[in-house]
Amino acid sequence: MSSIASNDYLDGLLQGREVLPEPPNAWLRGLRMRAVERANELTVPTTRDEEWRFTDLSPVYKLPFRRAESAGSLEAARLDPYSIPEARTSLVFVDGHYCAELSRTGTVAGVTVGNLAGLIANAGSVAETRLGRLSSFADDAFAAVNTAFLDDGALIHVSRDVKASAPIHLLFIATQQERAAYPRVLVVAESGAECTVIEDFVGLADGPYLTDAVSEVFVAENALVNHVRLQRETQAAFHIANAAVKVARDGRYASWTVSLGARISRQNLNIAQDGEGTQFSVDGLTLIDGRQLADTHSSIDHAQAHGHSRQLHKTVVAGGAHAVFNGKILVREGAQQTDSGQQSRNLLLSDKARVDAKPQLEIFADDVKCAHGATVGQIEADELFYLKSRGLDDSVARNLLTYAFAAEVIERIPVKSVVDALERHVLEQTQLEHTQSRQA
Amino acid sequence: MIRNDAPELLEVRSLAARIGERNILKGINLRVRAGEVHAIMGPNGSGKSTFAKVLAGHPSYEVIGGEVLFKGRNLLELAPEERARAGVFLGFQYPIEVPGVSNASFLRLTYNTVQGARGKDELDPLEFDDFVREKMKLLEMDPAFLERSLNAGFSGGEKKRNEILQMALLEPKLAILDETDSGLDIDALRVVANGVNKLHTADNGIVLVTHYQRLLNYIEPDYVHVMEGGRIIKTGDKSLALELESRGYEWVAREAA
Repeated sequence: MSSIASNDYLDGLLQGREVLPEPPNAWLRGLRMRAVERANELTVPTTRDEEWRFTDLSPVYKLPFRRAESAGSLEAARLDPYSIPEARTSLVFVDGHYCAELSRTGTVAGVTVGNLAGLIANAGSVAETRLGRLSSFADDAFAAVNTAFLDDGALIHVSRDVKASAPIHLLFIATQQERAAYPRVLVVAESGAECTVIEDFVGLADGPYLTDAVSEVFVAENALVNHVRLQRETQAAFHIANAAVKVARDGRYASWTVSLGARISRQNLNIAQDGEGTQFSVDGLTLIDGRQLADTHSSIDHAQAHGHSRQLHKTVVAGGAHAVFNGKILVREGAQQTDSGQQSRNLLLSDKARVDAKPQLEIFADDVKCAHGATVGQIEADELFYLKSRGLDDSVARNLLTYAFAAEVIERIPVKSVVDALERHVLEQTQLEHTQSRQA
Repeated sequence: MIRNDAPELLEVRSLAARIGERNILKGINLRVRAGEVHAIMGPNGSGKSTFAKVLAGHPSYEVIGGEVLFKGRNLLELAPEERARAGVFLGFQYPIEVPGVSNASFLRLTYNTVQGARGKDELDPLEFDDFVREKMKLLEMDPAFLERSLNAGFSGGEKKRNEILQMALLEPKLAILDETDSGLDIDALRVVANGVNKLHTADNGIVLVTHYQRLLNYIEPDYVHVMEGGRIIKTGDKSLALELESRGYEWVAREAA
């Protein structure tokens, strides 16, 4: 695609900004304007860009997605399948617009959760000092466009030493085809605070739509954030998400990036160490079929000493689907005593399935432990033989092993109903459920 | 127990098998009748574990000669799952770990699958729970094992108990136990061996594949076979195992040469 055409495409996405509500304050107006200016200078990524080699977005560029001007109408009952009972707070955004009547907000002392537009009056300083500071739109066209449309979003602020015990659910639902939504999330855990945030992307639209999401997570000293990102869009959807995380001294960040839906999805996760003694746990699971393409890019930046990180990314690829994993781990000079481990494990269920897995270690310190490994394979003959020697049919044995492969990641998610929902999803995908219900 | 009128369970004639280009089994003959316990011993690399896997139908091995009859049927033409349903059980030396699948649901799935294939009643989860807990007592297993993922994080001894528990559930006519004693301490060995003894009846046969004699202190064999170079080179009674223990394997090979 020529740069002119590509600029035209970004211009097209940016159209519709005229109907955005005027920002309530100057800083937000300034942030948006800077993003618009940057978007005008950027081009959309193509497979000629190293970071997008395997992910061809040209099907996206064929459709002129306009921002949904208002939320599509939706009966509350249609949300039931996505309910997370443990969550005391559930914010629902329909086509990018906050829907108070579908949301559930509980009050917990020291925890502020709400939509950005509603909170900007009293939590404005948190937003002002943090929004746009982590997710750089300097060289990411989609982050720039998201920021250009920054109008509302989810804000989570947990005060010092407060533990938000119930998970916080952010549900983003697309109901209108050929529309774009620009979800935005800001999580700020102050010193010693703890919270669990679930970003959940689902689709009820009939045709293609675009989700272009940006999340920023600030983990202060000694704080803990559990961050679950569930991408379960429709099979016609395009999903591009950028998450950027900064973790201060002795802070802990655990994330689960799950990709189940979308025709094409790209999830970026950039985690930066901003103090010694941080701990990162970075899990991922991709489970795709048919013609789906799911690309997960992560970057872990060990910038200081005594950082600890563990990453396990798994993909299960069926049909003619294509999974991409690029896991960068940077250990900077001076980041001594870094202990980093990365595992990329990929299961191909058909001859036409494809995976491109690329661990990328860049180490500039000399006293570190860094281990990484990548495997691409099919179900092991020995494992299959074990189950068949117990009388199980070949297909049942294969499904059981596929399920187990995915379950290793799923079971680490700290929210039981999410674990159950994902395990059900995998069971359905592997048709094991049929067998089990017959046995019941 | 040896009974001359007992029905024949397994007859292996001149069995030869290879993996890739490497011939491992080079003409095995073995006959097992109901009620008998056979021990197959031999040094590492003699082919005894391969023999066990070939009987259960491991796909990596290719049978290139001979035949195997199980209760008069050609065993070699059956898929591994069909062999299991017909009554052949292989206790694995290294049982695989399946995270995310609870032991209870796996055990019930395999039990019901085999029961269904045999035209017998299947059990619902509650009935099965009572049933399996009774069987676990045989092996002094904590019921907490039902809730854990299949073999995941089990110690060596726990995995072997779980193997024998599966044997107890599937009630095979022929149980082949591959190095069931390896990696077990004496207490665990005694428990596992007691379990096998309780499951042994006049109607089933047991083939123990083992490197060490000590298992045979607990499970008394009717026959002891020595394998070497892919063949059974000597057969005797349980006193042969004791002799092997004190003298090693070399003299048998020299004698057979």
